[in-house]
Amino acid sequence: MSLNARLLPLAATLVIFLVAYAVCYAQYPAMLSTRVIGNLLTDNAFLGIVAVGMTFVIISGGIDLSVGSVIAFAGVFIAVMLRDTSLHPLTVFSLLLLLTTLFGASMGAVIHYLEMPAFIVTLAGMFLARGMAYVLSIDAVPITHEFYDYMQRLYWLMPGKGRLTLIGGLMLLVVVAGSLLAHRTRFGMNVYAIGGGAQTASLMGVPLARTTMAIYALSGLLAGLAGIVFSIYTSAGYSLATVGVELDAIAAVVIGGTLLTGGSGFVAGTLIGVLIMGLIQTYIIFDGSLSSWWTKILIGMLLFAFIVLQKGLVWTTAKRRIAGG
Amino acid sequence: MTGLMLFMRRIWPQLMTLAVIVGLISIMFPGFFQISIANGRLYGSPIDILNRGAPVALLAIGMTLVIATRGIDLSVGAVMAICGAVSAWGITEGYGLAATLAMALAAGLACGLWNGILVAVLGIQPIVATLILMVAGRGIAQLITEGAILTFNHEGLIFFGSGSLLTIPTPVIIGVVTGAIVTLIVRRSALGMLIEAIGINLRASTLAGVNTRVLLIAVYMTSGLCAALAGIIAAADIRGADANNAGLWLELDAILAVVIGGTSLLGGRFSLVASMIGALIIQAVNTGILLSGFPPEFNLIIKAVIILIILVLQSPTMRTVLVFFSREPAGASDKDKETVAP
Repeated sequence: MSLNARLLPLAATLVIFLVAYAVCYAQYPAMLSTRVIGNLLTDNAFLGIVAVGMTFVIISGGIDLSVGSVIAFAGVFIAVMLRDTSLHPLTVFSLLLLLTTLFGASMGAVIHYLEMPAFIVTLAGMFLARGMAYVLSIDAVPITHEFYDYMQRLYWLMPGKGRLTLIGGLMLLVVVAGSLLAHRTRFGMNVYAIGGGAQTASLMGVPLARTTMAIYALSGLLAGLAGIVFSIYTSAGYSLATVGVELDAIAAVVIGGTLLTGGSGFVAGTLIGVLIMGLIQTYIIFDGSLSSWWTKILIGMLLFAFIVLQKGLVWTTAKRRIAGG
Repeated sequence: MTGLMLFMRRIWPQLMTLAVIVGLISIMFPGFFQISIANGRLYGSPIDILNRGAPVALLAIGMTLVIATRGIDLSVGAVMAICGAVSAWGITEGYGLAATLAMALAAGLACGLWNGILVAVLGIQPIVATLILMVAGRGIAQLITEGAILTFNHEGLIFFGSGSLLTIPTPVIIGVVTGAIVTLIVRRSALGMLIEAIGINLRASTLAGVNTRVLLIAVYMTSGLCAALAGIIAAADIRGADANNAGLWLELDAILAVVIGGTSLLGGRFSLVASMIGALIIQAVNTGILLSGFPPEFNLIIKAVIILIILVLQSPTMRTVLVFFSREPAGASDKDKETVAP
């Protein structure tokens, strides 16, 4: 695919986001205030972070169903550790990130060495992480630590009195770091190469085993980070939280213009995908009379539209290639 | 005779697993096999396993066919919710039992048709194509129930969830009959073979003259129909349609049942009976954990461990290792093998 064809889904996403925002603005001028934008970033911070990890996984042609459970596990783990031990939250955070990264890496190892579909391996991971969260605690565990209060109070007052909170800012940082990692490093190139065709990539000298493990380790790391963010957002750990977040993340990645067959996509597009989903929810809240289930239906329709758009693009480029000989 | 022998050999591992699990439970609970008849219906733990396992077994029937074509249907849980919502809505609106059931089944077929068209005509990967309905399906179900849990008190519809025919619970009968009909259709005709052919090589099958497009759509519609039946049972069981929780994560249980049943996720040969036994194995594990007084939290971890064990056994790498060891020179004793193997 030429660069233009690859940029088209991203451009379509951006246009849809801007048009949707304009429609919202026309009805509710308050939508453009930095307060709404700040809330949009804060409310979707954990989803954005986990979706960046999912972008890498999907670009490599895989899928990671375990992230929602890992977020729930992270929240419960942090809450229980802070309740039962006197460790500082930062120590608990680093322990947790180590755990989830290793968890992701071992899933990657199973996928590579046992040559099993990522779908079923990460499904087992999903059960395992959710089960571990249940075993730690079935009840919601509140987090009361002065360091948490401190983190929740941290924000940068944007012009117009909007608040860019710590977690919202962290999400933007992760997106920037993810973009750099995808487009400016050897690891990023390897991920795209594997998505384009694992065998070809292997012949080109891409270290398949190491890269596959690193991709899922990265997804695990970011799921752990999203868990931390979610625990700051809710001040609690609950083993039944964030059920189905993996679907939201996959949907955000696809709406963001990443090809689900792998090999093509942008981290920045994923951010816009997350924001579009957040915008639908904000609009429904603003409207007040629309019911929450329209969110699901609208996201489903958007998913459909983007998948068909991508299919059309792949089809036309393939046709052009044949015509061009 | 040889056909029967082959069939038994095919489902042997699944039957053994089920027997071992049931055996373990009955050792821990001597009263496990006690079956009694009350109110004209069988009661007891084994009956409970069959009864509770019926919805997943139904889903597993459709899922087996879909996976045999190298596809996957993630939407069955959401389709269950839609069909449950349709049946509850139909009965409360006073459409009568026959019309309500027809509408629910038609809704399932329509969902299957949608998935099938996306996969077969537009050529979208199955996991992505069915993801759309998985995300939007629960929204549609909520749209039908208008966000509430629609309850009903129609005896005829409740019969499908908690009634019984000749002392056997209705869900079990529906599951067995559906399994038998689908097995007869695919095995007494060439359809089963053609489905396997699609799973092994879609392009080659198309070139060989198989109408892959129609067949794929039919397979996804079968899956939708099975999900509709399971959805009706689930709604009738709780006498209401819960759009949020009906069939939640059952698609994963159904896929797991198919995998336990030994059908490869990479398509090809399939066994409906083995998948249905797989569904019973899952339910037996669930019931066993509940009976043993283990906290139900361990349920998911045990499931994950089971998946991992099966993955290791099914993996191509493991198969290579097994082939390597079975290629020892004929007549070599176990002792020789130990010295030969590194």
